Amino acid sequence: MTRATLAGVGTGLAAAPLGCFVVWRRMAYFGDATAHAAILGVALSLAFSLPIFIGTLVIALVMATVVSLITGRGYAMDTLLGVMAHSALAFGLVGVTFIEGVRIDLMAYLFGDILSVSRVDLAVIWGGAVLVLALLGWRWSALLTATLNPDLARAAGIDPKREQLVLTLALAVVVAVAIKVVGVLLITALLIIPAATVRPFAATPERMGLLAALVAMLSAWAGLQASYAFDTPTGPTIVCVTALLFSLSTVATGLRRGA
Amino acid sequence: MGRTLVTVSDLTVRFGESTVLHDVDLRLEAGEIVTLVGPNGSGKSTLLGALLGGVTPQRGRIERAPGLRIGYVPQRLVLDATLPMTVERFLRLPRRTSTRRIGEALERAGVPGIGGRQMAALSGGQFQRALLARAILEEPELLILDEATAGLDQPGAAAFYQRIEEVRAETGCGVLMVSHDLHVVMSASDRVICLNGHVCCEGTPEVVAAAPDYRRLFGEGTKGALALYRHHHDHTHTHDHPKDAAE
Repeated sequence: MTRATLAGVGTGLAAAPLGCFVVWRRMAYFGDATAHAAILGVALSLAFSLPIFIGTLVIALVMATVVSLITGRGYAMDTLLGVMAHSALAFGLVGVTFIEGVRIDLMAYLFGDILSVSRVDLAVIWGGAVLVLALLGWRWSALLTATLNPDLARAAGIDPKREQLVLTLALAVVVAVAIKVVGVLLITALLIIPAATVRPFAATPERMGLLAALVAMLSAWAGLQASYAFDTPTGPTIVCVTALLFSLSTVATGLRRGA
Repeated sequence: MGRTLVTVSDLTVRFGESTVLHDVDLRLEAGEIVTLVGPNGSGKSTLLGALLGGVTPQRGRIERAPGLRIGYVPQRLVLDATLPMTVERFLRLPRRTSTRRIGEALERAGVPGIGGRQMAALSGGQFQRALLARAILEEPELLILDEATAGLDQPGAAAFYQRIEEVRAETGCGVLMVSHDLHVVMSASDRVICLNGHVCCEGTPEVVAAAPDYRRLFGEGTKGALALYRHHHDHTHTHDHPKDAAE
């Protein structure tokens, strides 16, 4: 239980600040595509007897890179991303069934299996979280400038393409880390719901990142408690908690405006 | 004064099949205000993009003075509604700056005391001045403005260009701007470059306004408008207009 809590909190800590950028740059579908592709990574990991983390990281990285290469080339982005996200998921699901001798619990990868987190998993999750936070902290101002306007960034000597790459890398790491906790189908929820929840209460981007991390960690903890109390699947329960917090935030903002 | 900031030689830019710019030569010196004019699709924004490094030319060279600091004021900055941003935080992008310097920059841009406001809550004129304040904070040797007054009415635009002249006088930076406000911008410039895929004429505002190429592009009427603006411009000097005439 302690391990599960630590795993959830670590994932939330990494996902939420990155999620702010996903929201600001309108990359939610980008997150989906990367996350769904990870199931293909699971299939490959099992086929080549690699650690799941490595397989998902590599495939998520490939997918995220392909998507950011396509970005800004004049394709209809949402259609293309929809095609890529769901075909990656479908190929992954089909691919898994070809692996002989392994009977795997697909549900664990689709919706997470936080209660089976091992010591090694925990080390991977926190290692990944620290890496993502360090990356975001290091590039924070450059990332923000590039998010506002690419030419503004170039004038200040920042290469917007490099910053996009930093986000791509961070996203792949978060996907690989979060798959054990909430599963591929719900990773995007963990990225964007905490960020959207705290938006009305933040005056600066930094505060939004910080508050989002707090909300994500709180949700992970509360979701775990709730799933234990009601005997519900943990990953979805965590997302339900964030969704409830989002509703509360929306209602509170509405009331404040109305008053 | 006199330092060459940017030299563009023989620049050609193509997007797919269409040639947007060809054989463009251009020199920008410290301390001068240069205005790019030209009809829609004449390659003005592409030229700025190439100068900033976002557009890769097919041919030609762009040489920047070593270590050149550029301040850039975009035509439009779309802040996503999900991104909270105070003016003060915006002015600290991408470099940390003291609160005192931020106050000074806002004052110089003509919008003192708005540091605590949200960017999204500013009026069009205030927003453009906040962008100008951020550009000033970079201590630019070259200030680049891409139709920075597109959303402003004519008095607002005139007041904005007057600010630019003051900034140039105070800091000695070179200024390159793109503008549609022909008559407003012409008299504020030392040199005007008329662009239409290539440089079709350049010189002082009077020379360009009289050039046959320019008149073919913009019609005879603009010369009259230039005179009209001169009058208007003098007017704002003689009467002590309040700073925020723009808003």
